[in-house]
Amino acid sequence: MTTGFETAPVSRRDWLLSDRPTSRMQARLGRAYMIWLRFSANRLALAGLGLILALILVAIFADVLAPFDPVQGDLRNARLLPPGTGSYLLGTDDQGRDILSRLIHGSRLTLAVVGLVAVIAAPLGLLVGTVAGYAGGWVDAVLMRITDIFLAFPKLVLALAFVAALGPGIENAILAIAITSWPPYARMARAETLGVRHSDYIAAVRLMGASPFRIVLRHVMPMCLSSLIVRVTLDMAGIILTAAGLGFLGLGAQPPSPEWGAMIASGRRFILDQWWVATMPGIAILLVSLGFNLLGDGLRDALDPREAGR
Amino acid sequence: MTVTASTAGRRRARSTKILFDVGRFLVVLITTYLGLLAVTFFIGRVIPIDPVLAILGDRAPASAIARVRAEMGLDLPIWQQFLIYIRQILSGDFGTSVLTTNPVLTDIARVFPATLELATFGTLIGTIVGIPLGVLAAVKRDTLIDQAVRLIGLIGYSIPIFWLALLCLLLFYGKLDWVAFPGRIDIAYEYTFTPITQLFLLDAILQREWDVAWDVFRHIVLPGCLLGYVSLAYISRMTRSFMLTELGQEYVVAARAKGLSERRIIWAHVLRNAAVPLVTVIALSYAGLLEGSVLTETVFSWPGVGLYITNSLQSADMNAVLGGTLVIGSAFIALNLLSDLLYRTLDPRTRAR
Repeated sequence: MTTGFETAPVSRRDWLLSDRPTSRMQARLGRAYMIWLRFSANRLALAGLGLILALILVAIFADVLAPFDPVQGDLRNARLLPPGTGSYLLGTDDQGRDILSRLIHGSRLTLAVVGLVAVIAAPLGLLVGTVAGYAGGWVDAVLMRITDIFLAFPKLVLALAFVAALGPGIENAILAIAITSWPPYARMARAETLGVRHSDYIAAVRLMGASPFRIVLRHVMPMCLSSLIVRVTLDMAGIILTAAGLGFLGLGAQPPSPEWGAMIASGRRFILDQWWVATMPGIAILLVSLGFNLLGDGLRDALDPREAGR
Repeated sequence: MTVTASTAGRRRARSTKILFDVGRFLVVLITTYLGLLAVTFFIGRVIPIDPVLAILGDRAPASAIARVRAEMGLDLPIWQQFLIYIRQILSGDFGTSVLTTNPVLTDIARVFPATLELATFGTLIGTIVGIPLGVLAAVKRDTLIDQAVRLIGLIGYSIPIFWLALLCLLLFYGKLDWVAFPGRIDIAYEYTFTPITQLFLLDAILQREWDVAWDVFRHIVLPGCLLGYVSLAYISRMTRSFMLTELGQEYVVAARAKGLSERRIIWAHVLRNAAVPLVTVIALSYAGLLEGSVLTETVFSWPGVGLYITNSLQSADMNAVLGGTLVIGSAFIALNLLSDLLYRTLDPRTRAR
């Protein structure tokens, strides 16, 4: 602060928005601040962010927040109570378990599914796409043919068949969804790579003797990250819906674990008389996937203003 | 002379281009189907630790196990097994269903029309409602109408369809009694009505059996509209986006300057240009519905491929599951490639120069 060049104390905002950042960190923070400004001007996007943050918090503090045990119910006194009976805010299911507590604990499973699918599928797609785009030639042709083949597959049905063969369970459901969801990321990463492959900075790095491995890892992949993040966020809703669908068919998490899709399936039998058993988990799924969609839309508008409002 | 020579040369160039395109398309088609077969082969023959045990049970004598293993070709190298598998599938041998004891192909021929009818109904609704909504949203950009259309689409993207289906059943069947019980047709008509094309609604109308048509309609309307909503969400969003791109083009300004009515500009000029990518979108959404009907069918007991797959899943009937997967996958791939092809043919810009 006492470099002598500064004539007046600079506000934090000015420092962030400076045209001539003096350090890498300042430039990065400034860019992040610009994105945040654009993002936070969008109220719907903020709502989405709020929903997702709430989901994460609920998942972390599930043990503290849940008023009852999610697995062990009160079979004698509390079967199929309507919402608002006593301290059962959202009612109870046929095993006398508090639905709210089950939803709260189920948030962990939902978060685990989207997190793991993203961690498996996004890096895989990024790797395939950047390698194909940077290498070109027959490597590109072969990798993209494989990608296109996977892209042309029906996701839900294939995930169904995979889980049928591997056996039901949430791990297999995650694996099945991840296997079917990487191709769009690969295509996108390839398109971005083709865009930067012949740019001057890549040529400069190559002249300095960087290996292709290093170029792809350090100089190509970061360029793909922002569109990848947007795409993954927008896909989260679909992933949640597929996972819930598998759970609904009895192929995802197994009872008594409080997976939201499986909860809907178990409430299906009472839908005509005890509507709340199947309704409440559906609302939770809707809210969370809505949150991811809103967040993704907002991120896309903030990161890529050309596409804003489309 | 020179003129005819050059046109002949151009014609030759164009015909080689077309040949090249056809060849490329065939390569794409064949590799994609081979990929699908490889995946179903992998799921059906490689993942299970021992398919013979799965068939005979673990108490079978060793001699029987060895015989069945040889019969199934499991002692051969894996690539030979794959070739045999391809030959079987190509000759229509999908194996026998444990659950129904029929050949899987016979079962699928029976249930596929039901899925086709449902998906077609849904796509029709999605197209007829979705395109006008998208156009409206684009024209009235950033107004309340636009926001409403976007919200409808957003919810369509975010809602679990099987849950919505349950709630709709509760409301329209349980409380209001507007629609028929789950199923495809009333049991009273099931044996008196003889379908021709297996698409019941079409058949009933063709045969002028209005009471049957009404009954079939009462069955299909709810699942059809639900699938229609999913497709509407996608189609209206894409329509809006394509329309916005086109509305920014210069020919719109030119048409306005020429004094054309706004209505004519939008419906006759802008929508026509937006229609080219829209064809792709509709084909993709149709493919999506063929697949997505799996969950809807289970809720509505709709006797289609989806219900067939899920029923077979319950009894670990892998032949049937993989057969259903292959059929849905084939239809999905065909529609995908078709949409790609349509886009190339319809859009003059992607044609050979």
